[in-house]
Amino acid sequence: MIEMPVPNQQIIAKRDSIAERLRRIVPTEQVIHAAEELKAYECDGLNAYRQPPMLVVLPDTTAQVADIIMLCRDEGVPVVARGSGTSLAGGSLPTADAVVLGLSRMKDVLEIDYLNRTIRVQTGITNLAVTGAVQPDGFFYAPDPSSQLACAIGGNIAMNSGGAHCLKYGVTTNNLLGVTMVMADGEVVEFGGAHLDAGGYDFLSLICGSEGQLGICTEATLKILPAAEGARPMLFGFDTNEVAGEAVAAIIRAGLSPVALEFMDKPAITVSENFAKAGYPLDVEALLIVEVEGSDAEIDEQLTRIEAVVAPFGPSTVKRSSNDIESAKIWAGRKAAFGAIGQLADYICLDGCVPLAQLPDVLKQTAELAAKYDLKVANVFHAGDGNLHPLIMYEANDPDSSRKAEELGADLLRLCVEKDGCLTGEHGVGIEKRELMLTQFNERELRQQMAIKDVFDPAWMLNPAKVFPLSLSETRDAA
Amino acid sequence: MLTTEADIAGAVLDAHADSIPLELSGGGTRCGLGRPVQAAQTLSLAALDGVTLYEPGELTLVAQAGMTLKALDDLLDGENQQLTFEPPDHRALLGTSGEPTLGGAISVAASGPRRLRMGAARDAILGVRYVNGKGETLRAGGRVMKNVTGYDVPKLLCGAYGTLGVITEIGLKVMPKSEVVKTVAIAGLPDGKAISALSAALAMPCDVSAAAHLPDTIARELGFSDAVTLLRVEGFATQAAYRIERLTEALAPFGPVAGIDSDPWVAIRDAMMFAADDRAVWRISMKATDAPLLVAALRERFEVEAFYDWGGGLVWIACEEGRDASGGAIRQSLAGFGGHATLIRASDAVRAAVPVFEPEPTPIARLSTDLKRAFDPAGILNPGRMRA
Repeated sequence: MIEMPVPNQQIIAKRDSIAERLRRIVPTEQVIHAAEELKAYECDGLNAYRQPPMLVVLPDTTAQVADIIMLCRDEGVPVVARGSGTSLAGGSLPTADAVVLGLSRMKDVLEIDYLNRTIRVQTGITNLAVTGAVQPDGFFYAPDPSSQLACAIGGNIAMNSGGAHCLKYGVTTNNLLGVTMVMADGEVVEFGGAHLDAGGYDFLSLICGSEGQLGICTEATLKILPAAEGARPMLFGFDTNEVAGEAVAAIIRAGLSPVALEFMDKPAITVSENFAKAGYPLDVEALLIVEVEGSDAEIDEQLTRIEAVVAPFGPSTVKRSSNDIESAKIWAGRKAAFGAIGQLADYICLDGCVPLAQLPDVLKQTAELAAKYDLKVANVFHAGDGNLHPLIMYEANDPDSSRKAEELGADLLRLCVEKDGCLTGEHGVGIEKRELMLTQFNERELRQQMAIKDVFDPAWMLNPAKVFPLSLSETRDAA
Repeated sequence: MLTTEADIAGAVLDAHADSIPLELSGGGTRCGLGRPVQAAQTLSLAALDGVTLYEPGELTLVAQAGMTLKALDDLLDGENQQLTFEPPDHRALLGTSGEPTLGGAISVAASGPRRLRMGAARDAILGVRYVNGKGETLRAGGRVMKNVTGYDVPKLLCGAYGTLGVITEIGLKVMPKSEVVKTVAIAGLPDGKAISALSAALAMPCDVSAAAHLPDTIARELGFSDAVTLLRVEGFATQAAYRIERLTEALAPFGPVAGIDSDPWVAIRDAMMFAADDRAVWRISMKATDAPLLVAALRERFEVEAFYDWGGGLVWIACEEGRDASGGAIRQSLAGFGGHATLIRASDAVRAAVPVFEPEPTPIARLSTDLKRAFDPAGILNPGRMRA
């Protein structure tokens, strides 16, 4: 189990007075203190770890956030920012002495500027609502994490979230132009803006992906893009993972720039097909879904080219969508995969990334490691960028199964690092991968990163027990 | 000569111990950017010029900082690939010689016309190896396409002008070259209308890879007979043709859209139109729709020449050094709109006296100072290059 710091009892002893003072900043009902209500904030998407916070506060404005931060700073209370709580890495897991600062009420669209292709929002807005706000006018917001219906832009910025379509459009950092951030001392600072590049140090890049450790982003300016006329996928089945992996590299190398390139292995195909009846072949080892976009004619030409590039690899199944109904069917299994697996078992969703050339070997070793732990692993992932999502199935109520699943997860992530990859492609480190950071970086490298946090948040009050191994962060003054 | 990363680390370690300021140098072609550095020693990365890894099937390249962009382009061209961010060559504008290097382009965040569609230099970076001001050799990021493991230090080092660390190796995402690249133009538009036309074009799903407007006098420098509003369209042959057809239709209210045979993008990328004289040159990043308003406001105050890239989001301005040495008028006018002005070319005396980069508000200036100290406690790396 991953340890959390020992809560500070002196802070907890001040709980009532802190709650009272928070009620002077926001309306009474926006300070949550009752045990049964705090339970809703005890975990995020990494629900194997649960800890109700001391208090939850739900501000409406940046000024309120600043006042809350100043109060917490004065009282020495850790602050854990929370968007929608969909983090799969425990990014918004509180401690018993922490105030959770929930952004759920701050979800306004502040400005839409089609001429400059930007939108300004409060960061509690959901990812999908951003696209929703501009869709009627033919635009969209590109990063599309699979939790996009629920996840908040604030969380996307914290984790630098990606999604299936980032192969073409990039992840959050590539689509973020500016933020309003409340600093650890309560000061409100603007970074970036409605323009593209700024002079000076690129603080915006540093803020995106810093997991709520450098400040609380309350507003954001995002890029919006004109939506393509249409999109259609194609499905390929292969007899081995190796050949499927080679086909992926061939498509990328040929410069065919699909918008999505998704991979499913045999366990994932079987589960998804049984659940969604998408018409996937059950006699193949691997499936690729390749989606392209453009006008009808453009789509046809791209799919024809992709088919030609894949042909030498001898796919045993080739299905090309020619209309929306067929497209929906091809995507149905992929989209149902996580839910389908969730019906069979509890699962941990990993997020390591490896170079494409390593995919076949990593998949092979994944199966071997799963067998060693006697656990099932299904792989559904963004193949175009090597971002793996092994789903480790286990029994959450069985401590032995839970322990094994966690150990297997750690082994698989170590494997990704060994293969010149990384621990996390788009979910973030949170608490989940915190202790594994030393497999990817050495102590000096992590100390240099922690020195950045020292600059922004010298007292480490913002989401303190995340990203860095506790052994390093708790002893950093001695360093 | 320093030929390995270990040599570089050793040199920085020694300099740190003795508090000897170092000026970092690659090909020396961008040494006129930023403020003049006062340093006792030069640390050259030119000999670190190897390719560590190139995987065309993964669009991934890892190369040492001293690799020349020319060698890099040749390598990528062999696989029909290219850099995503189209880095400008500053030699003509700054009157420098030598060969631009990858490390130099990344350190000054040199992004050209394709920045509009494919992102800036920062967006292409997957990871770096670097030596901090204490002489420690560190890694950040990696070589995979998606990576959120720890803070995004590689992007921070991009555009830090070597003041936070000595980048020794860079991992990059590269891109395939398009089958067809075509440029279409509308002639004779005034600035405001031209930017509206570019906005209309960029609101279409046509993957326009560059969008610029050259007012009359600038356009003439490139052989046009009138102002031109330019769009670069790429793709397969049929795809490019279709996209041009759609753009032509949508832009009809602004005037006829016609293909041009010349390639104006290198000249636009390098601001060649300002290369022949010695006026001060500014580069302003701002909201596209505000850009013509800023230029009009400046023209009321003194003589300026301007042109627009990035759909209007990047304004290049040339004016007599004496008239606006402090950048006062430019920054004062820009303040009403929001954005960042950077002085790209001016005499050493002017660059030492005026803020080359947009002055930072107090809290950000404080962060910059503290961040510099966190990476380079003795202040030996390119001291003064970004801030006095």
